[in-house]
Amino acid sequence: MSDDLYDPSDRPLEPTDDQPLDTVEASDAIRDKVRMDLAGGDVGAVTSGGLWRTAGREVLRKKSAIVGMALLSILLLLAVFAPIIAPYPPNKVLFDEGVSPRDPPCVHLFGCDEDKPQHILGIDGNGRDYFSRIVYGARVSLLAAFVAVLFAVVWGTMVGLVAGFFGGWVDNVLMRVMDVLLSFPSLLLAIVVVTVLGPGLINAILAIAIVTIPQYARIVRSSVLSIREQEYVSADQALGVTRWRLLAHRIFPNTLTPLIVIATLGVATAVLEIASLSFLGLGIQPPTAEWGSMLAAERNQVFTAPHLVFFAGLMIMWTVLGFNLLGDGLRDAIDPRLGR
Amino acid sequence: MARFLLRRFISSIPVIIGILALVFALARMIPGDPCRAALGERATDEICDAYNERYGLNDPIHVQFGIYLKDVATGDLGESFRFGVPVTELLIQRLPTTMELAAAALLIAVFVGVPLGIISGYRHNTKTDVATMVGANIGVAMPVFWLGLMLQYVFAVFLRDTPLALPPSGKLDAGLIPVPFYEVWGLPENGFMEFLSEFTLMNSLVTFQWEIFSSAFLHLILPAVALATIPLAIIARMTRSALLDVLGLDYVRTARAKGLRERSVVLKHALRNAMLPVVTIIGLSFGLLLGGAILTETIFNLAGVGKTLFDAITSRDYTVVQGFTLVVAISFVMVNLLVDLLYTYLDPRVRVS
Repeated sequence: MSDDLYDPSDRPLEPTDDQPLDTVEASDAIRDKVRMDLAGGDVGAVTSGGLWRTAGREVLRKKSAIVGMALLSILLLLAVFAPIIAPYPPNKVLFDEGVSPRDPPCVHLFGCDEDKPQHILGIDGNGRDYFSRIVYGARVSLLAAFVAVLFAVVWGTMVGLVAGFFGGWVDNVLMRVMDVLLSFPSLLLAIVVVTVLGPGLINAILAIAIVTIPQYARIVRSSVLSIREQEYVSADQALGVTRWRLLAHRIFPNTLTPLIVIATLGVATAVLEIASLSFLGLGIQPPTAEWGSMLAAERNQVFTAPHLVFFAGLMIMWTVLGFNLLGDGLRDAIDPRLGR
Repeated sequence: MARFLLRRFISSIPVIIGILALVFALARMIPGDPCRAALGERATDEICDAYNERYGLNDPIHVQFGIYLKDVATGDLGESFRFGVPVTELLIQRLPTTMELAAAALLIAVFVGVPLGIISGYRHNTKTDVATMVGANIGVAMPVFWLGLMLQYVFAVFLRDTPLALPPSGKLDAGLIPVPFYEVWGLPENGFMEFLSEFTLMNSLVTFQWEIFSSAFLHLILPAVALATIPLAIIARMTRSALLDVLGLDYVRTARAKGLRERSVVLKHALRNAMLPVVTIIGLSFGLLLGGAILTETIFNLAGVGKTLFDAITSRDYTVVQGFTLVVAISFVMVNLLVDLLYTYLDPRVRVS
């Protein structure tokens, strides 16, 4: 939600590639000005690396961003090395190994009977090792959220670029459609979309992507509108640079900065909403190990086996927190005027 | 000012028409046959033909949409396939529960979030600030449904035999039936009266049904807290950053320089301007509350709009999905309109430009 604070429309930012911007001196002057702003006045410190290196350095100075990156790194390790970390396959039923449904956590180190098999987060209602399922769940959640955001960013960028660059009725029609999508509470719209498409992983991803497209479209459109008025763009226009080249090489790269910040925060929202859909039985279906649906499966047992609800939710929180902290850190690093 | 209001109002009309079209289209695209969903085993071909005829499901789609628009304009949202009652009737029964829940959550979010934000912003970079912001970050990241379940566990199981125990679900204790205020006062019964009487807290308060009131109040605490958490955290963060922005401005320095007490500088001079962005965020939080209500009501088993809507979707109750989604979306648009107006009132600069 904090992204609402972020209005990139009044800030021209430097292109990502360090290609020289044609011959026009005006554009260099602007770039210097931007650099000066970004570096807090010290131009020399930035010219060597450009915006991204400065931003990178700045991010590493933010405590919250570091915490965010640490949280996400652990998660990424869990996801990548799930088969090594998890002691059992996620769907293996262990009834013949001496467990019963919803066994509480058993850690030998903490005084659990040595004769019992060790299951550090206990056993779920179907006799599966809960820790293994939590670990494998990281794969599903991260992948689903990434794909959803990627999809939304690609489509949102296209809509925003077209609307902002061409203006007129195209802009009007596209943005009115976006307004309509934005006038639904996003979870509600996602639920309706998933109902139309049918429940499942792919459709949940699509639903979350569709409801978040307007957010990206609006950000991109407003950057396009401000960049279009910049002198280096007018100069290019005067030099006879074609529209498409202008769009692809001058305008698009400049929209990337706000996009990356919003997209990072967007992954957090996507994780939360995909988990919500799964919790309602509309997203990822059992037996796939996914935190939201794991939580839903055991929600009626919260009074007798709270550990089966607790850890799945904790992991969702962990993920969302990680992306939020990283996103906030990135925003502050790229735009120090907003940071504090 | 009047012109601005009018323009702002007119600009929301295309959006509302868009909402109508989208809601209509989506409800038609939900797979499955509503007749078979509603009648189940009893649905034979003849019965379904009659059923489709009765509910106009055999007409071409544009005819259906035309009829739909006309009906909505006259306040007729159709009849629930599943319950066999008009959708407006269902709304009368279910909307107040959600409104009470959302209002309670919003009250908690604002009256806890804003002071936290002020303290945190004023004591910028102190331990209090860091602790509050860590809390706010965690609050934003918490899934509503998880928090709800955890609250249920803590207050209904863990604290079971203590005075802190709270009921984990439902709207009232079993066996309690509130008497509507219009019966107590001998007023005529109509839809509007019924709607008002469904606000259980208000109804029991004005008619002095204390047992009902306290039961309803206790039942409301956990769902309201669960629903409030995310908006609370967002409001706290927003208040903090807005206050920090304002505290750095010249007029605040002037206020301090002329010897005003710190309390009055922060709470009167700075806060007034800092509240502007917070008002916007409160408006946007309303959407979160409505979305969160679906999850909260499902967990706490409250028969509100969210739970009814979700049940209607899973049982393909077209008309209920249509009607409820429409009401939710339009109320969201209206709240945002209201926030815009409030913003204009609070910040004259908006009016001038």
